Amino acid sequence: MEKGAAPGAAGVDAPGAGGAVRGIAYEEPLVFEHGSRGRCGVSLPEVGPVPAGDEIPASLRREAVDGLPELSELETVRHFTRLSAWNHGIDTGFYPLGSCTMKYNPKSSEALARLPGFANLHPLAAPELSQGVLELMHGLERALTEIAGMDATTLTPAAGAQGELCGLMVIRAWHQAHGNPRKKVLIPDTAHGTNPASAALNGYTCVQLASGPDGRLHPETVAEAMDEDVAAIMITNPNTLGIFESHIAEIAAIVHAKGGLVYGDGANMNALLGTARPGDMGFDVIQYNLHKTFATPHGGGGPGSGPVAVKAALAPFLPLPVVVKEGEDYRLVTDPKERPQTIGKLREFWGNVGMFVRAWAIIREYGPEGLTATSQLAVLNANYVRAALQGTYNLPYETDSLHEVVFDDKAQKATGVTTMDVAKRLIDHGFHPPTIYFPLVVHGALMIEPTETESKEELDGFVSAMKAIAEEAVRDPEAVKASPQKPVRARLDETRAARKPVLRWVPGMKVE
Amino acid sequence: MRYHPHTPDDVRAMLDVVGVKSVPELFRSIPAALQLARPLDVPPALDEIALFAELQRLAARNQVAHPPFVGAGCYPHHVPPVVDQLLLRGEFFTAYTPYQPEISQGTLTALFEWQTFVCLLTGMDVSNGSLYDGASATAEAALMATRVTGRKKIVVSAALHPEYRKVLDTYLRSTHDEVVTVPFGADGRTDLEALAAAVKDAAAVLIGWPNFLGVVDALPEAAALAKAAGALTIAVTAEAVALGLLQAPGALGADVAVGSFQSFGNPMAFGGPAPGFFAIREPYLRQMPGRVCGATVDKHGRRGFVLTLSTREQHIRREKATSNVCTNAGLCALAATIHLTLLGKKGLADLARLNHARLLQLREALGRQGVRPAFGGPVFNEQAFDVGDAEAVVTRLARKGIAAGAPLARWYPDHPQARRALLCVATELHSPELIDLFAKAVKP
Repeated sequence: MEKGAAPGAAGVDAPGAGGAVRGIAYEEPLVFEHGSRGRCGVSLPEVGPVPAGDEIPASLRREAVDGLPELSELETVRHFTRLSAWNHGIDTGFYPLGSCTMKYNPKSSEALARLPGFANLHPLAAPELSQGVLELMHGLERALTEIAGMDATTLTPAAGAQGELCGLMVIRAWHQAHGNPRKKVLIPDTAHGTNPASAALNGYTCVQLASGPDGRLHPETVAEAMDEDVAAIMITNPNTLGIFESHIAEIAAIVHAKGGLVYGDGANMNALLGTARPGDMGFDVIQYNLHKTFATPHGGGGPGSGPVAVKAALAPFLPLPVVVKEGEDYRLVTDPKERPQTIGKLREFWGNVGMFVRAWAIIREYGPEGLTATSQLAVLNANYVRAALQGTYNLPYETDSLHEVVFDDKAQKATGVTTMDVAKRLIDHGFHPPTIYFPLVVHGALMIEPTETESKEELDGFVSAMKAIAEEAVRDPEAVKASPQKPVRARLDETRAARKPVLRWVPGMKVE
Repeated sequence: MRYHPHTPDDVRAMLDVVGVKSVPELFRSIPAALQLARPLDVPPALDEIALFAELQRLAARNQVAHPPFVGAGCYPHHVPPVVDQLLLRGEFFTAYTPYQPEISQGTLTALFEWQTFVCLLTGMDVSNGSLYDGASATAEAALMATRVTGRKKIVVSAALHPEYRKVLDTYLRSTHDEVVTVPFGADGRTDLEALAAAVKDAAAVLIGWPNFLGVVDALPEAAALAKAAGALTIAVTAEAVALGLLQAPGALGADVAVGSFQSFGNPMAFGGPAPGFFAIREPYLRQMPGRVCGATVDKHGRRGFVLTLSTREQHIRREKATSNVCTNAGLCALAATIHLTLLGKKGLADLARLNHARLLQLREALGRQGVRPAFGGPVFNEQAFDVGDAEAVVTRLARKGIAAGAPLARWYPDHPQARRALLCVATELHSPELIDLFAKAVKP
């Protein structure tokens, strides 16, 4: 079978364009359905003689937690190893999940984050015991400030969405200090759902702005909505269509003229590293996602890390702590008396420090040229996929793409094959599907972000698969709709999951 | 650059397909005035060997030769190598949120197991798939309580973790909810009379289990007062190993249990990342924040798992969502799930008993030096000791490379007992010999 041909046509064991065939996969029960009474997978010291003075009342104690599993170490290892084989990760294959920047996660970073000096350090260890990590945090703050073209950075937000919350709290506090927190936040229709949710959590009303026919936000739209009740506009640049908001400077001027601030969602910073800086475009605040731009692992859904960089006027409002260098020594500022205008604390202790180590490692390995090359190759890869698939899939916006490109299923409409079907068929070829049905402005969106770490051959395989699916949709739409065939599970009944929620194991649990 | 696979020939061939002459031309949609005309001012590139030398230099400037005697929300525990080796399977750690369930059954199954572990340990009906940390989970719980009850007052014990209380204040400031703090008594337990006076019209009562002072607090009594006033009881646990010895909060009247499972499988890492947990009684399900995994079947009738109830969430509901949370602490939750599987029923009970015994040994060893507990209430593996000038002890022991404890004066400068107290922890990492050495160093 030729590379790129439809896997279903010659049976499910034929390789897809990504080389996917079936391997041995095991059925595996839950850990709670495993093992045998009295088994245990840990080795602990004997308790030994216990001094008197155990005064916890019996009514507040329990002997053991009923229902916990009883597995040996090997049973545990095998269980999770088998589960892992049911997953697709970047290490398995191409993962063009748009707006998530699924780039390779360096093994070096993992080894470095596990150095005992980082992994075994307590957050309340005295400054004289923790100078190394403080130096690292200080260096990372400065680098992120420079990359964003801002004046100060806080590392503390735990993820991008908490960074958004943080940035809006800083904006609110700045307005408050000027006498009026204001009421509204302007958000384009291409924005991530976290933007309006973060604004609402901050007590702001959201005003949605329509993007233009070219996929861009236009100054006149902003001017019309802008008034002195607007605290800020939230803009992702490039936006979720992968399109640069080229009117950004003019938009920022309109917002600033009425006393508003410009918030940047840095989800798509991978397009700009070393090429353009949000601070130079008129943004006042931007949050990073270290797990996107700086290759810290996505981990099946976190941990993220969402540092926020701001212009000097907003720096006094940043959350605590901040790292300061005094002479040759580093120190965390944690006392609001030193920063009376701070919005306070957003998470316990100092931030997802383990992610700081990984992000710092890749920034150090890349250096200035490597960071710039990263955005250049990310943009090249996206444009290559765009050029190769244009004509096969409909491109709703012809405007130039940066790091990602959005197609839709319009060209497949007559076949009855939808974006969901294309996505599921890609799985049979050995690829993770793109982000689908987002952004909401594109009906049936297929949002492809290849990232810079993928080779031309890998992209060629993906393009072949996408083309093969488009052909198959015409020839045998039912085969596309019946996909995926290769994973351990076929399409899952999501309606049933929501209608009859089963959210934990209970003894005798049956889901049929 | 080892992470960039493009050869010059590749780049040329790709540019040809795109139909542009050069890489910079790909950026023509960025106005020239907005492009950076110079290299970034960040340190120069390092090869892998130099990179390791540099980060090893930094790591060596952190002193971790001894397990710290400080917990205070981040606990030194042994992480079996099994946990890390399994976490490092790229299929787990290089996957993202399981939006495509057919190729994410590994993550989803483990998430379902995590939710079950959280429910079993807390005595709750439902758990979400994790939140950022214990502090933001606490704030999210308070916000949920305001939605559930339609009230705006949150009553918080002063013995709840001060870091959690600070985060709560930050989160609630924009929503104009009111936070009322009730003091703790000489035994380190929440003052129930003050609580009774404050609880009227409250959305929730927040209390530590155990609390920040290490004390096993008056959770059943507080829950009864809250219930009578129509408020939810939110039990907050930072040291989750305690749940292996203490009764489940759900069995003592709590409606919501939140906190951190850092103690299971997650290194301290200077305070993060760690998995926040969030568990509730079933009636609050539609108001719960965060991702949740549910069981279903595939089209051949085989059991499988999916993310579900997403109509609560930001990507569907946008500004009307129950929270803005998206990425949470998936990998940290997986670490906890693996460690809890290894521990199992017997291992968790043994670990919890061992931690409690170590604390009693620490108390006895300090007692021999004439150092007494600062509060009279029962404790699990953490206790505040009356050392006088606690900051001086911390500074003196830091010179020996030991993180001695948390001086409570940092958070309670005016409290007569707390301001003289050093909060110390003892876990399975603190051998009896180490405990003796420490006690003698505290009071030489």
